[in-house]
Amino acid sequence: MRTKFSLLQAVAGVALGVVALAPAQAQESVKIGLILPMTGGQASTGKQIDNAIKLYMQQNGDSVAGRKIEVILKDDAAVPDNTKRLAQELIVNDKVNFIAGFGVTPAALAAAPLATEAKIPEIVMAAGTSIITERSPYIVRTSFTLAQSSTIIGDWAVKNGIKKVATLTSDYAPGNDALKFFKEHFAAGGGEIVEEVKVPLANPDFAPFLQRMKDSKPDAMFVFVPAGQGGNFMKQYAERGLDKAGIKVIGPGDVMDDDVLNGMGDAALGTVTAHLYSAAHPSQMNKDFVAAYKKAFSNRPGFMAVSGYDGIHLIYQALKKTGGKTDGDALIEAMKGMKWESPRGPISIDPETRDIVQNIYIRKVEKVDGELYNVEFQTFEAVKDAGKTKK
Amino acid sequence: MSAVSDVSSHARRHARWRGSEIAFWILVLACGFLFPSRYLIMTEVLRLGLFALSLDLILGYAGIVSLGHAAFFGVGAYCAGLLALHGIVTEPVAALLVAGLVAAAVGFLTSFLVIRGADLTRLMVTLGIALLLEALAERFSDVTGGSDGLQGIEMQPILGLFAFDMFGKAGFFYSLVVLFVLFLLARRIVHSPFGLSLRAIRNNPLRASAIGIPINRRLIAVYTLSAFYAGIAGALSTQTMALASLDVFSFERSADLMLVLVIGGTGYLYGGLIGALVFKMLQEFFSSLTPQYWQFWIGLVLVVIVLIGRQRLHRWALWIPNLIIRQLSGRKAVIAIPEGEAP
Repeated sequence: MRTKFSLLQAVAGVALGVVALAPAQAQESVKIGLILPMTGGQASTGKQIDNAIKLYMQQNGDSVAGRKIEVILKDDAAVPDNTKRLAQELIVNDKVNFIAGFGVTPAALAAAPLATEAKIPEIVMAAGTSIITERSPYIVRTSFTLAQSSTIIGDWAVKNGIKKVATLTSDYAPGNDALKFFKEHFAAGGGEIVEEVKVPLANPDFAPFLQRMKDSKPDAMFVFVPAGQGGNFMKQYAERGLDKAGIKVIGPGDVMDDDVLNGMGDAALGTVTAHLYSAAHPSQMNKDFVAAYKKAFSNRPGFMAVSGYDGIHLIYQALKKTGGKTDGDALIEAMKGMKWESPRGPISIDPETRDIVQNIYIRKVEKVDGELYNVEFQTFEAVKDAGKTKK
Repeated sequence: MSAVSDVSSHARRHARWRGSEIAFWILVLACGFLFPSRYLIMTEVLRLGLFALSLDLILGYAGIVSLGHAAFFGVGAYCAGLLALHGIVTEPVAALLVAGLVAAAVGFLTSFLVIRGADLTRLMVTLGIALLLEALAERFSDVTGGSDGLQGIEMQPILGLFAFDMFGKAGFFYSLVVLFVLFLLARRIVHSPFGLSLRAIRNNPLRASAIGIPINRRLIAVYTLSAFYAGIAGALSTQTMALASLDVFSFERSADLMLVLVIGGTGYLYGGLIGALVFKMLQEFFSSLTPQYWQFWIGLVLVVIVLIGRQRLHRWALWIPNLIIRQLSGRKAVIAIPEGEAP
């Protein structure tokens, strides 16, 4: 009885598999495989981008150059193994014409060789490490690089009387980028790094590190944590009394993500960050964007949302330019050098690096109509990725 | 004397290959040709099946519960990744073996901790070991790549003949062969006197030691073997994906594995394989249906499965086939479900 095995059981199992596997038949539409973290720690990134793309397609229709746009959303939970498998399946089975999304750098990197092999554009809408676009000639980025904002906040800090800085960065590629570029520019201006801490990416507890920060008595602390972790960080920052000890937070704007900013409380007031987007950006286009986004999803858009919004815009424009043709090389050619006005301000795609060129704003957290906003007070125009321009 | 011959004939009768088993493997092989566009997910099923097989060896046959089996999966995965990345052992099959042996060594060393306690202690110890290794992998990010994962692995052709392709065809058949070979080995082992003694230990350790079975040594042996299997599964994952990340050590991986065995059943080798198939299909089905909330549905299905009970589900699934068989060849031919939990 014990080890007797039933064939029919196996058949039942396989039959179940077949039902689940039956692939949807392809139509003549342009398919975009959107791979985002919809569950797990980075889910807020995925949700924002997904929302923004839905919003864009509502506003601009779901067809371009005579072809229908179909978005296939997949959840990779920010695990690169999943990303790779999903990207592969989207390319092989669903025959997608674009892969897009990519919540974290490892995910974007994992998909890069597939984009190269399949010759289809990979639109990076979130991940921000410099090297990403160098991994495949088919990668175009509409988000940002950490170097863009970190160099600028580094320069700003020395010019504004901050002499001693302690750093706290997430220990993965973007965090290391942020640290490296900040350090270069801050030290070049004569600043001093008094304490350097790297925190693990997954489920970090900032408390013990914050105590060390407090003891080293810096003028400010430079912080990079991925979008979504900022809320947790600021809570512990206030709990440990660093705001009362007069240690200001500076950094790239990820920590002050609009998505979570309003929940941070008054401890966040006065924080100065450099970043690509603020929901308080004073252009008419942005006001409309924020209003539409709020209306649709009853939430404020953050920089991830605007990156997704621009990403899908880029795809639409590229298709318009190629007349609906989905040849990968032609699409990439079409995207190179493309310029447009985004809710974040004027942006373009660098024809050489396929990376984004955009304004970086220095912003300070202030209360506007009872809500916390990053209010922009200084603009650096058309900033390229410092990680590449140096070479 | 008669008792001995009774046991051996009993064991031999059970070790004989059945038609349904052969049919199962033919079916699996056929899948490789029937669904050429789904190699990747099928490879994942095979890998998970092998991993589940490794847990079943200790859980189903020796009664050791583990919530940290991903530890060995991870060791195997990183080992294979590092071997390929630094060009130490470039041939995948050899690298696979090395990775398995390294995982086995880790299994051997940690087995002394595991056999000391009872069930709850074992859960904690195994969980602790997996967390420990995960933290170590994160700490030594210059070796493991940390949260960025081990990037840039390039796999050489298998045996110098079959190159890994983008569609995962080579990866699938490679995994299938590895799974089949290891399955044969496991099948041989569980039907050997060694395997029988393990079951004796699971059922009643006191009595087992009274009849002279060296309990600790047997448990150490099977734990090491199981670690070897898990290591191979991990190495397969790295080799077929050309990627290893911290996720290989994650608690979710160990927990998912338990679920696989809950679905498929413990104590018979096909349980893990069937469980892996059903689990992956459910996951795939729900996550393409609703990318945001699929975990809810998976959870619901699992609760339902556990509430209804596997046996009852099997009986329902087999009701119609059995009806037909009964009509054709009488009562005796009815297909029965192996009861893994039965003594």
